[in-house]
Amino acid sequence: METKALIDLLREHPFLEGFKPPHIQKMAEMAHEVQFGRDQMIFREGDECGLFYLILSGRIALEVSAPGRIMRVHTVGPGEELGWSSLLMGDAKHFQARTLEPVRALALDGARLRQTCEQDHGFGYLLMLQLVRIVAQRLHATRLQLLDIYAPRGVKLI
Amino acid sequence: MSPTAAKWRSALARVTTVDKETHDTFTLSLEPADGQTLETFAPGQFSMLYVFGVSELPISISGDPQEDGRLTYTVRSVGRATQALVSRQPGQTLRVRSPFGRPWPLEAARGKDVLIVAGGIGLAPLRSVIYHVLRHREDYVRLMVLYGARSPTDLLYRKQLAQWARLPDTQILTTVDYGGTSWRGQVGVVTTLFRHLRLHSAQTVAFICGPEIMMRYVTRQLAARGLPESQIYLSMERNMKCAVGFCGRCQLGPYFVCKDGPIFSYEEMRPWLDRHEL
Repeated sequence: METKALIDLLREHPFLEGFKPPHIQKMAEMAHEVQFGRDQMIFREGDECGLFYLILSGRIALEVSAPGRIMRVHTVGPGEELGWSSLLMGDAKHFQARTLEPVRALALDGARLRQTCEQDHGFGYLLMLQLVRIVAQRLHATRLQLLDIYAPRGVKLI
Repeated sequence: MSPTAAKWRSALARVTTVDKETHDTFTLSLEPADGQTLETFAPGQFSMLYVFGVSELPISISGDPQEDGRLTYTVRSVGRATQALVSRQPGQTLRVRSPFGRPWPLEAARGKDVLIVAGGIGLAPLRSVIYHVLRHREDYVRLMVLYGARSPTDLLYRKQLAQWARLPDTQILTTVDYGGTSWRGQVGVVTTLFRHLRLHSAQTVAFICGPEIMMRYVTRQLAARGLPESQIYLSMERNMKCAVGFCGRCQLGPYFVCKDGPIFSYEEMRPWLDRHEL
């Protein structure tokens, strides 16, 4: 995919809301399009963090495997992002990610993104701000899940 | 007989069907018995159902408001009284006082988008709204339903939701807090569904029912997306006993939920939603 087409896709992605054209240009230079079929594993728990994905279409389940079962704990879809831990150094994947339907996404190398953040602090600030927003939303959603608010009183799932 | 006295009169009703919705939730349909009549209701109102020798319970009406002469309830078995209720068999009778409470203000949504946000058993009192909107489709613009449940097996009315999702100008989004690998739908709390909506804040009226914690977070999300407080309505739940504001058990701030609610605007409820120990 040409850089211009990548720029158009990146500009419309909610994760990059507020990013200036030079920032989008930088991202486009690092991005490439990827496609996954249905039920394909994108990464497994414990895998080394590599790529950060901006999802264009399709949905992906984040799963935790426990003895004898797999639990789906979150679903991400178009306009969302996957693999934010790749933007942090030395962190392995906490979940496995499996496609629920065919997925199209833009993939960016986490190490290169970090390097760019170091070189351009303005870009780095925006990226980390978005990242913190995502992490805060996920933390908030996880807390609500842990509250198990739909359970009858006295009954807890976990 | 005074209007208040009439509220104490109960009608004999016969159970016609008992449908299992989930492992602990059942939908009962009642018809009048012994030549008595069952009063009509507006979406959001509730009845007091008396199981002989057990207890009288406030239960929201979950059926179609235009279903003639019948009343439908979706009940979750959480204790002795609700267990007795869902254990009724077709042909058995119980007594009904009905209808009670302030209904959903459907007039406020006329000509606008209707956004329904439900959690768990909270979809039951909102199903009447869905029936109403679908019967009067020309009076409303889009119908959006966001529904969250604990797990896939806890989702109510799954077949109906799937049917409604195929209707024009209707968006039905479901999510569960926990899912196994056989569940191919959304996993995450109900507030995560908001990102899939194109909300026209000025043109939307929201009706919310579910656990109070959920309603607090949903109202914050809606406020953050620019929905005016006056266009957000909540169904509150408290321990109701008399249903006419006499006993005081359901008092919430200056309100009696049974008489002044159960439907309140967010403007009315906001001072009380975050209040500790209310």
